[in-house]
Amino acid sequence: MHAFGQILKIETRLYLRDFAAPLLTVALPLALLAVFGLIPATREPDPQFGGRSFLEYFAPSLLVITLAMSAVNILPTVLATYRERGVLRRLATTPASPAALLAAQLVIALGTILVSAVLLIAVGRLAFGVPLPRHPLGFALALVLGTAALLALGLLVAAVARTTKAAQGMAVPVFMVAMFFGGVYVPRFLLPDFLVRIGDYTPPGVQALLDAWTADAPQPLHLAIMAVIAVLAGAAAAKLFRWE
Amino acid sequence: MPVIEVTNLHKRYGDVVAVDDVSFTVEAGEIFGILGPNGAGKTTTVECVAGLRSPDRGRVSVLGLDPRRDATQLRERVGVQLQESQLPDQLRVGEALELYASFYRDPADPGELIDKLGLGEKRKTPYKKLSGGQKQRLSIALALVGNPEIAILDELTTGLDPQARRDTWALIEQVRDSGVTIVLVTHFMEEAERLCDRLAVIDRGRVVALDSPAGLVSSVAPEQRIRFRPSAPVDDRLFTDLPEVTSVQRTGGQVVVTGTGDVLHAVTSVLARNQIIAADLRLEQSTLDDAFVELTGHRPAE
Repeated sequence: MHAFGQILKIETRLYLRDFAAPLLTVALPLALLAVFGLIPATREPDPQFGGRSFLEYFAPSLLVITLAMSAVNILPTVLATYRERGVLRRLATTPASPAALLAAQLVIALGTILVSAVLLIAVGRLAFGVPLPRHPLGFALALVLGTAALLALGLLVAAVARTTKAAQGMAVPVFMVAMFFGGVYVPRFLLPDFLVRIGDYTPPGVQALLDAWTADAPQPLHLAIMAVIAVLAGAAAAKLFRWE
Repeated sequence: MPVIEVTNLHKRYGDVVAVDDVSFTVEAGEIFGILGPNGAGKTTTVECVAGLRSPDRGRVSVLGLDPRRDATQLRERVGVQLQESQLPDQLRVGEALELYASFYRDPADPGELIDKLGLGEKRKTPYKKLSGGQKQRLSIALALVGNPEIAILDELTTGLDPQARRDTWALIEQVRDSGVTIVLVTHFMEEAERLCDRLAVIDRGRVVALDSPAGLVSSVAPEQRIRFRPSAPVDDRLFTDLPEVTSVQRTGGQVVVTGTGDVLHAVTSVLARNQIIAADLRLEQSTLDDAFVELTGHRPAE
C-alpha cells in the first residue's frame, strides 16, 4: 500500500510533467467550450435541439474528448511503453508489484476524467449558462459506465499490443471511433440518423450523458450496453495482459 | 557457505530449450560470473534465480529459499539489474532512487547511494538526459537501494564506452567489498577476467566449465609462447631438448618457443648457460578468450 502511494505520487508527477497529457485531456475540451461559448448564437435556445442551446447539446461531446484521450489513447500507450522499456519487469524484481503501477495509471485516468467533468460542468454553468446535470445520479452512472467501457477497451489494447508502436496503431482507430460517434468531429445533429443510433451504443455512450445532463434519466439499455462492454473487454484484457 | 544453489536447471519456451542442464553454486561474498555467447541461456538462468521464471525441472535455492514460493521475502534481499531495463524518460535520478527505496523495509539512504555512484550532480536530471554510463550506474543503484545480500547484474556494461566500463568495474568491486554477493552475467571476456572470482561458462544451455578465470585458462589452454630475438645464432635443439617445450618456430630473426608449465624459466636458463641474450623477449599466455573458444568452439561476441 505504501509502495502504491509512492508510485501514484511519482506517476502523477510524471503525468503533469509531460504537459501534453493534461493539455489534451483537460485544457482542450475546456478551451473548446470557451471558444464555442463566446459565440452568442451557441447559447440561444434552438428548436433543433429541443429548445436547448447548441452548447448544452455539445457539452457531452467535449467530455468525450477527455474520456477517449485518457482511456484509449494515453493509458494504453503509457502501459505499452512501460512494458516495452522493462519498467514493469524491473518493478517485478522489487517488493512492489507492477500491478501497483497499473492501478496508479487507472487512478490517474479516473482523476483526469473527474477533473475535466467537474470543470466542464462548472465553467459551462458559471460562464455560459449551461445548466447543471438535471439527473445527477443518471449522469454519474452514465459517466462511470462510459468511463469503465472505454478504460476496459484501453486496457485491452495495452494487453494485445506487443510494442508501443503497435499500441498506438491499435489505439488510434478505437480513439477515432469513440470521438466520431461521440459527436466530437461532426456534431451529431449533422449525422444521418443511423450513425447517431450507433453512437448511442458506442463507448462512452454520449446519448446517455446528454440525456442525463439536459433532460431525464438515461435509457437503461444505453447504460447496460456500456456495462457489458466494460465487463467483456475488461475480462479479455485481464486474461491477455502480460507484464513483459 | 553457498548463497545460491542451482541444480540441474532446465527451462524451455515451447520447443526451444533455453536452459538444458545447468548446475552451480555461488558462495557468499564472491563475484560469480556467468559467461557465454548470446543465446546460451545466461539470462534465462538468472531469471530463474531471480524468481521471474519457473524452471521446468531442477532446483533453485537462494539464501535457502525458493525464488518462486518465497518471492516476497527474496525480493527484499536480492537486488536485480536486468538487461535493457529502462525508466520513464522524465523520471529524475533522485526521484527514481527515492521511489525504489520506498519499496523496501530497510533501504539504503538514497542520497548517499547517489553520491557513492557518482550521480550527485545528476540528482535532478531526467532519465532521458543521462549518458549510457550514468543510466547504467542508476540501474545498479536501483538494484542496490534495498540493501540486498545478493545483487544479480545482467549485461552490465553492454553498450558502454571503455572508460565508463572501467568505472563500472571499479564500482562493482566496491560493492563486493561492502559484503554483497554478486552474480554477473556477461559476454565480455575482459570483464569476466577482471572481476570474477569464479565463473561458469554456459554454452547451448549447459555449463561447459566452472572455475576461476586463471584456472579455466590453464586447464583449457595451458600453452605459453615465448618470442625473442637471440643475440647469437642458436640451434633449435637447444630448446626442443627441454621437456617443457612443445615446438619451436622461426619468423624472420625471431624465435618462437611454445611450451607448457615453467617453460619461461627453462628457456631463459638454457639461454643464460649459452651466454645468449634474448632481446625483445615477450611472453604470450593464453587468455580467457582462447579458453572460451576452446570450450565453446566459437569466438565470443564482439
